Amino acid sequence: MNEPIQPESGGFHTEDMTISMGPQHPSTHGVLRFIVKTDGEVMREAIPDVGYLHRSIEKIGEKVTWHGYVPYTDRADYLAAMFANQGFCMAAERLGGVEVTRRGEFCRVIACELNRIASHLISVGTFGQDIGAITPFLHALREREAINDLMELICGARLTYNYIRIGGVGYDITRDTCDRIAVFLDHFEPIVDEYNRLISYNKIFVERLAHVAPISLEDAFQYNIVGPNLRACGLKWDIRRDIPYSVYPELDFDIPVGTGEKGTLGDCYDRYIVRIREMQESCKILRQCLKMLPEGPAIAKVPRKFKPPPGEAYVRIESSRGDMGFFVVSDGSEYPYRVRIRTGSFTAMSLVDKISRGLMVADLIALIASLDVDAPEIDR
Amino acid sequence: MEAKEIYETLERQFPGKVSGFRGDVFDPYLYVDAQAIVEVGGYLRDRAELKFEVLSDLTCVDLPKENKLEAVYHLYSYTHRHQIVLKVALPREEPRVATVEGVWKAANWFEREVFDLFGVVFPGHSDLRRIMLPEDWVGHPLRKDYVEQEEYDGISTQRAPLVEKLLR
Repeated sequence: MNEPIQPESGGFHTEDMTISMGPQHPSTHGVLRFIVKTDGEVMREAIPDVGYLHRSIEKIGEKVTWHGYVPYTDRADYLAAMFANQGFCMAAERLGGVEVTRRGEFCRVIACELNRIASHLISVGTFGQDIGAITPFLHALREREAINDLMELICGARLTYNYIRIGGVGYDITRDTCDRIAVFLDHFEPIVDEYNRLISYNKIFVERLAHVAPISLEDAFQYNIVGPNLRACGLKWDIRRDIPYSVYPELDFDIPVGTGEKGTLGDCYDRYIVRIREMQESCKILRQCLKMLPEGPAIAKVPRKFKPPPGEAYVRIESSRGDMGFFVVSDGSEYPYRVRIRTGSFTAMSLVDKISRGLMVADLIALIASLDVDAPEIDR
Repeated sequence: MEAKEIYETLERQFPGKVSGFRGDVFDPYLYVDAQAIVEVGGYLRDRAELKFEVLSDLTCVDLPKENKLEAVYHLYSYTHRHQIVLKVALPREEPRVATVEGVWKAANWFEREVFDLFGVVFPGHSDLRRIMLPEDWVGHPLRKDYVEQEEYDGISTQRAPLVEKLLR
């Protein structure tokens, strides 16, 4: 086991150096920048500089119709577009009093869980690549490609789906697609074990992550850390179970939490392994959904000119980057009055400054990768 | 705890500083005096039966018809699994409300975003800079009366679509 690094040991200091890391650094997962002050290899601070991908998605929400905004939500987080679709649609449905059809709910869960696996595959794959292991990235992307193909079958798009609509889903999932999803699950479940052999329990990988940048539960609350990052701190908390929505209460799945099994509770390794286990849970959910998928319409009847009565709704869903909040205000017109998207990456990023103090520069890469921040989701 | 009880507790503790409770909406909310937000926030976080340890969201809504901005604080308690929404009404000219960074650290970035996009100033904030837009950007885009500057740094921000020109 490796010991936590003591940054100030020996009392030997070099002159402080200020380095700009990014905005094009390959490990920053999109365009974001850190202003790093270092004393040799040890960071004094790493101040995140975000906003390079700001596209004013919230302002656009005030300019387009309720139905018309759904494709824009895709762009909030392009690695997990399905969740943003669902979050916005749920808020609109709550305001407009629309009931989603039962088949629609199951289609949503199927699409979302497939998307969760795809997103976690990117996270896990790039994690390896960021810290110097190229092979896992290729293995992860290979499987993700299969999910992209399935998504194309489901909704015709591979990345920005525009699949979940107000009242249900845009296209029904056919029997043939269901069969193909089942084939994928048969193929994918053993692959997770392969990943574990390849990287999860690889000695170099474990030593590289164990004890690095642990986040305490107290910090997690203070900074509103959500999703897999929060669960890695040991809190068994999942919106799908704890503030239930859709048909998740009917489905049986576990919530993996960090246990500090290789190092400290809430360290980079815990954040990594939680995602691996969540993929397995998503497979479980998918299998149940394929069995339970009821007959009926995939979308409820919703007027084309959708005008929910004035009011506001704050909807929270469990995206692959955790609790994603949609605060939507309606003034009774054809256009949303205000759309606010609060994302897990944004709050995770605000914690980096605190956690990075005293870390090695190379560990900053591991920290960012383990938080699974996604630049477009931060900047929106 | 039910939202109504939370409101009554606050009313007892801070008479005259909380008002306008609405319990018949999806997310019950109440208005807090701009001067009292830090006190009320601290109380909500620390009191054993309230324990709002998380600031789930902090944002703002521009209401030019009523000539005000509303800062909206979504609080959540993992311990008790209850939620409440605090609202602070601010004038559209010179909106100022004390930072709650000392209560919830997440407010640091949330407030920077509200400052950037709405122009609300948070006195006492440790690092109140624009977060999304460049430092020298003019205006606050999420205000309803925002007009985009014609160019930024010598580059035009608006351009007629080429298709329309070709069709003309």
